[in-house]
Amino acid sequence: MDILNALVAFLNFVFIPGLAYGSQLALGALGVTLIYGILRFSNFAHGDTMAFGTMVTILVTWWFQSIGIGFGPLPTALLALPFGIAATAALLLLTDRAVYRFYRKQKAAPTILVIVSLGVMFVMNGIVRLIIGVEDQSFADGARFLITAGDFKTMTGLTEGLAIKTTQAVTVVTAGLTVAFLFWFLQKTRTGKSMRAFSDNEDLALLSGINPDRVVQVTWILAAAMATIAGVLYGLDKSFKPFTYFQLLLPIFAAAIVGGLGSPLGAIAGGFVIAFSEVMVTYAWKKVATYLLPDSMAPDGLLQLMSTDYKFAVSFSILILVLIFMPTGLFKGKSV
Amino acid sequence: MAEPFLIGDGMTGGYGAADILHNCTIAVEKGQIAVIVGPNGAGKSTAMKAVFGMLKLRGGRVVLDGEDITTLTPQARVHKGMGFVPQTHNIFTSMTVEENLEMGAFIREDDFADTMAQVYDLFPILKEKRHQAAGELSGGQRQQVAVGRALMTRPKVLMLDEPTAGVSPIVMDELFDRIIEIARTGISILMVEQNARQALEIADKGYVLVQGANRFTDTGKALMADPEVRRSFLGG
Repeated sequence: MDILNALVAFLNFVFIPGLAYGSQLALGALGVTLIYGILRFSNFAHGDTMAFGTMVTILVTWWFQSIGIGFGPLPTALLALPFGIAATAALLLLTDRAVYRFYRKQKAAPTILVIVSLGVMFVMNGIVRLIIGVEDQSFADGARFLITAGDFKTMTGLTEGLAIKTTQAVTVVTAGLTVAFLFWFLQKTRTGKSMRAFSDNEDLALLSGINPDRVVQVTWILAAAMATIAGVLYGLDKSFKPFTYFQLLLPIFAAAIVGGLGSPLGAIAGGFVIAFSEVMVTYAWKKVATYLLPDSMAPDGLLQLMSTDYKFAVSFSILILVLIFMPTGLFKGKSV
Repeated sequence: MAEPFLIGDGMTGGYGAADILHNCTIAVEKGQIAVIVGPNGAGKSTAMKAVFGMLKLRGGRVVLDGEDITTLTPQARVHKGMGFVPQTHNIFTSMTVEENLEMGAFIREDDFADTMAQVYDLFPILKEKRHQAAGELSGGQRQQVAVGRALMTRPKVLMLDEPTAGVSPIVMDELFDRIIEIARTGISILMVEQNARQALEIADKGYVLVQGANRFTDTGKALMADPEVRRSFLGG
């Protein structure tokens, strides 16, 4: 039995990838939950908003790289991120002006807005594919690893290696800072509080003199920032492909609903629940089990519950279970 | 006689095609308490909403301190010095007591710390629970938060739609005491009350509405003494 090596294998193949993926989902779910809480509809265009923001960031990154601007060991994309956020915020504000405002004035039912967002999704989808194409794009640069498996082995003398990719470290730190900023903004600033008030009780917020147009604008800007950051971190960690971002919609919505729609804390918890479930169900536990079990009981198979091709089935199953048994989610959000 | 501080004069109107209010007049003098009572469906709350601009009037006008505000939105009326406490959904349940008061003061650009201190003086329990989510408080305390939120703009007129709905008799007496205290600071109070007897006792002026029209209008004491009012509306 070798608990230490088992632990390292677990950290390397399950915990660290899950943590990074969970941070990306949490940021995506925060955007979804923010829009749901304040604009009161499920924004199906969020995955493609992430794709748009990431695309702009990639284009600016390529431009930076071509004129020789870099960020040392860190990915250049981090420098390009503010440009991506600004472009995405502009796009979302424009979309709101051209599309959503019309339906808001009519006091359209949430279901209508959901379908409207579906239309917006297809348009954004098209824009992204027209500009950057449908292919995989890799844009990560800088140092590849914070710690390589080899370094770790020589450092500790263990047979199992622990590798931490720079992008994973960047993901967790950036997500942490973003979430901290968002919570500070919502809890402490006057505008943030007015957004929470608007989400809590719209009529009373209007009665208190809170300007709904401003609340809506700030919400779109924050959603643009969350979506772009989530998209860029995911793209750095894996790679950028428009179709993958469209597919991310499912785990992101699952995360937001599991946590409780409208609850920022829930979105974060939901992101990690979904990410760790996906990773743990699709991971082949053979290695970890071999370390933990006596030789006589060493497993023959891979000990993999489900092939990685089915990872979306995991988020789907969790989503259904939550909707049946806990419709308001872990953090008492609004029921869908 | 000079015009009252706030008057909804000859108001006619309703939510849809049918009128609910028929030439209904409600007024309150500076620093006084006016109470609207009447049977269920008499249009009490509707009359209140009409004065606050939440209802389109087909006839009549609303005048505040000599200024015609008939066409103003409710938000604009808040800026003019009117505060309104709805009957239900009148607090931000997910926010703390203090944040509720801050949101009440949202339109104020100046420092509102002293107003908040006054609200806490008026409702000491709120100071104690100021960091607690308002949705976790008891019914009476929630009403105090609701009234406190409306007071944060330092209104000249405070309008209360059934402030004692659903609270215990002891809490109700306490709330009425606070309302009298608020009126003594010079704020006019216009309220709709289900508990007609207690409300008329503290009222300077009482309005008995029936089917959207004024039936009896007099001082609170006179209405209490009127045998017809007693028999029809106060249960003998």
